Amino acid sequence: MGSVLCFSWGWGNAFETVYFESRNEIDAQVIDFIDQKGRATVAESNVPAIELIGVSKSFGPVQANKDIDLVVGKGSIHGIIGENGAGKSTLMSILYGFYHADSGTIKIDDKTTTIPDSKSAIAQGIGMVHQHFMLVDPFTVLENVILGAEGGALLKDGVANARRELKRLADEYDMTIDPDAVVGELPVGLQQRVEILKALYRGADILILDEPTGVLTPSEADHLFRILRVLRDQGKTVLLITHKLREIMDVTDMVSVMRRGEMVASRKTAQTSMEELAELMVGRSVLLEVDKPEVEVGKPLLKVEGLNVRDDRGVMRVKDVSFEVRAGEVLGIAGVSGNGQSELLAALSGITRAESGKMELSGETLDLSAAHNAAEMRTKGMSHVPEDRHRMGLVNKFAEYENSILGYHREPKYSKGMFLNKDAIRKEAKERIEKYDIRPPTTEMTAAKFSGGNQQKIVLAREIECNPDVLLIGQPTRGVDIGAIEYIHNRIMDMRAQGKAVLLVSVELEEIRSLSDRIIVMFDGNVVGERGPEATEQDLGLLMAGVNQEAAE
Amino acid sequence: MSKGQLPRWVDYGVLPALNLLAAFIISGLVVVVIGEDPFEAVKWLVWGALGYGEGFGYTLYYATNFIFTGLAVAVAFHAGLFNIGGEGQAYVGGLGIALVCLAMDRFVPWWVTFPFAIIGGAVFGAAWAFIPGYLQAKRGSHIVITTIMFNFIASALMVYLLSNILIPQGTMSPSSRNFEAGGQLPLLRNVFSSFDFGQSPVNLAFFLALAVCVVVWLLIWHTKLGYEIRSFGANPDAAAYAGISPVRITVVTMLISGALAGLMGINVVMGEQTRLLLDFAGGAGFVGIAVALMGRGHPIGIILASMLFGLLYQGGAELAFEIPTISRDMIVVIQALVILFAGALEHMFRPAVVAFFDRFSSSTAEA
Repeated sequence: MGSVLCFSWGWGNAFETVYFESRNEIDAQVIDFIDQKGRATVAESNVPAIELIGVSKSFGPVQANKDIDLVVGKGSIHGIIGENGAGKSTLMSILYGFYHADSGTIKIDDKTTTIPDSKSAIAQGIGMVHQHFMLVDPFTVLENVILGAEGGALLKDGVANARRELKRLADEYDMTIDPDAVVGELPVGLQQRVEILKALYRGADILILDEPTGVLTPSEADHLFRILRVLRDQGKTVLLITHKLREIMDVTDMVSVMRRGEMVASRKTAQTSMEELAELMVGRSVLLEVDKPEVEVGKPLLKVEGLNVRDDRGVMRVKDVSFEVRAGEVLGIAGVSGNGQSELLAALSGITRAESGKMELSGETLDLSAAHNAAEMRTKGMSHVPEDRHRMGLVNKFAEYENSILGYHREPKYSKGMFLNKDAIRKEAKERIEKYDIRPPTTEMTAAKFSGGNQQKIVLAREIECNPDVLLIGQPTRGVDIGAIEYIHNRIMDMRAQGKAVLLVSVELEEIRSLSDRIIVMFDGNVVGERGPEATEQDLGLLMAGVNQEAAE
Repeated sequence: MSKGQLPRWVDYGVLPALNLLAAFIISGLVVVVIGEDPFEAVKWLVWGALGYGEGFGYTLYYATNFIFTGLAVAVAFHAGLFNIGGEGQAYVGGLGIALVCLAMDRFVPWWVTFPFAIIGGAVFGAAWAFIPGYLQAKRGSHIVITTIMFNFIASALMVYLLSNILIPQGTMSPSSRNFEAGGQLPLLRNVFSSFDFGQSPVNLAFFLALAVCVVVWLLIWHTKLGYEIRSFGANPDAAAYAGISPVRITVVTMLISGALAGLMGINVVMGEQTRLLLDFAGGAGFVGIAVALMGRGHPIGIILASMLFGLLYQGGAELAFEIPTISRDMIVVIQALVILFAGALEHMFRPAVVAFFDRFSSSTAEA
């Protein structure tokens, strides 16, 4: 098989020569759009920072990148947008040397190059900020920054140099940070800043950010964007990978859209719209607004009173929270993640024990400070779509059909005596696959191999089809593509129309506002306010920061 | 097929075969270094284990031990628990079997004693695993530490019992009295007299081991309990989310694991020795770890891996006899190499094989 590989590299070289002739043409295009843009910062150089020509990459029969052409202008912020599984991350991994392209040419600063590994990527001035930070929590900022670039066997000199360099970078790019702070104790936004500083410290001219705002609060995201603009103005090139349209519109100069492994379009951000980009991403028009028909609100199905939850480390995470959710109502819990929402869901669903508090579920009062388990809550008519489907909602190693009964495996319809009735389980799993359009339509593939949206559908099907009275649902569309988001939102609206009580926890304000009938906002474990869905984003944003304007007035 | 995934037949067939081949090549080099012909050595090894009836009988006999201990480790493994205490559990399980046999052998035929001996072995083995299991579940004491400690406690306990309590009056060797016919499991050489098993001690426990394999297969992949065990092992958070009690699964799994290890005594105590003697487990509990790893936790794999280790035990003894320069210690080295490659270096060849298949499948996809 070694020979086959050699051939494919040979082909790569062949492409290179073929495309070499057409290079001037591409350059002309670049110059064209840079001229039209008329921005001084962008027009500094006519040479694109990155140029990809005919890059393809496949994993077995799956073609992750198909003949990708991409030109990224130097000193610009270039967005790459696409649904999950569109091939954005694969493309960036090729740029960063994690994967090798099967064919195609990569040019950095107009020079044809190969990137065999990330070390080489760094040497060529490419830095990457991963979605999941690659930081050593107990280390200080400085230690993290020099990690792998210590400069000699003895730390002392390297540290002194690094401290100076870090200070210079922080000043130049307006990214103040205490170099001696322990990274694990920093808020997420600052941790991300450390990642960016790490890349800059290694001399990155091209910065790739993979879904950088997934973990940030809105204000942290704004701050990040300010930093990115500064970086651009200083001549750095930024590649921003995201599936959030708003961010693309906010911060990028150019945007390229990927769909199913192909680069379908590149647009100047100023000359496109969210609608157009959304359509390009999914290949059809999408409904960003949710149909929310009038539903008669019934009696409360879920009532929570005086809930206090302490975490493993003894920190009070939920403080005296009370609310009720009525039949036919969606109660949205907004808030920056990490303000007690996860602990709230865990306590309500019986996974963890609360410090104190009562819950009334379908007319029965339960003491949440006593030991419960999740199976018990299910039998009482509460189902739960967890915030993190990988960690909780699914057993990744299990086949689809095995995941379709997780938590319900003791139900008589799934068993024959002490044995599992696999025929019945598969039959039902198949029906759900059809009903929820889970792709690929197989009961035998392991959950890990489904895409994020389809994984979420597996969980959703399981938790909705058991016909609960109360549905707890956390981050229903996190890491899910637009097509699936629409579907999931519609299912939640169906539950509402059927007179179920839905408790929706989400960090996406837009999602909360478009789905909920009432919104409560959590901050530092407290409920800081309640609003209707018509509340402005600004008002909710302030509440999420712990400021209640209404109360102040 | 996504990156890093291998077809099942590669995962379960080609990779273990490669590991085994590597172990044998290194062993062969060692044999060359001490000045012997490696092919000669392999010949004696294989002939000694499979070439004649008695040798084959011994291979099966050893394999039986390893199936029981291998299953014990595998079941715990499915729940994410690393039970190192198979040795001690088998040892104490043997005590349960011996007590049943000593109590019944003079009054009833063997087939009446047999089921009670099974229960005795399982209960004693399970009881010995219960304490580490409980401590892990309730107190978070790490099961690797506690089970290994319990091996030593079991050893000390048995020395005391055998040299002070169970030893017949007037004898000097620390073992129980011999069981009468009612406490002896029929040997295969008597059951299948047409096949020449020579003087080998292989007995009906071999079939018990096969039956237990079927039971474990059903348990792990076809029962609700098995589903919970696997869920807990694969993703404890998801198990908690599903309402599966970690305490219950940890304890129950360790009980099952200990019971399986405890059954090993049926083969040795009731089948071969027909008495309880010091240190009868002889390291089979530890070999079980390698067997479970190599067999990928699946009963079929465990049977195959057990046969391999049975072959190494028996063939190795034969080899040491035929080529005296290859001492008994050399055989241990060869076994250690197999364990090293199959267990500890399990992932050594994997990246290369994965890369090979990625390339292979992508080139066929292009074509």
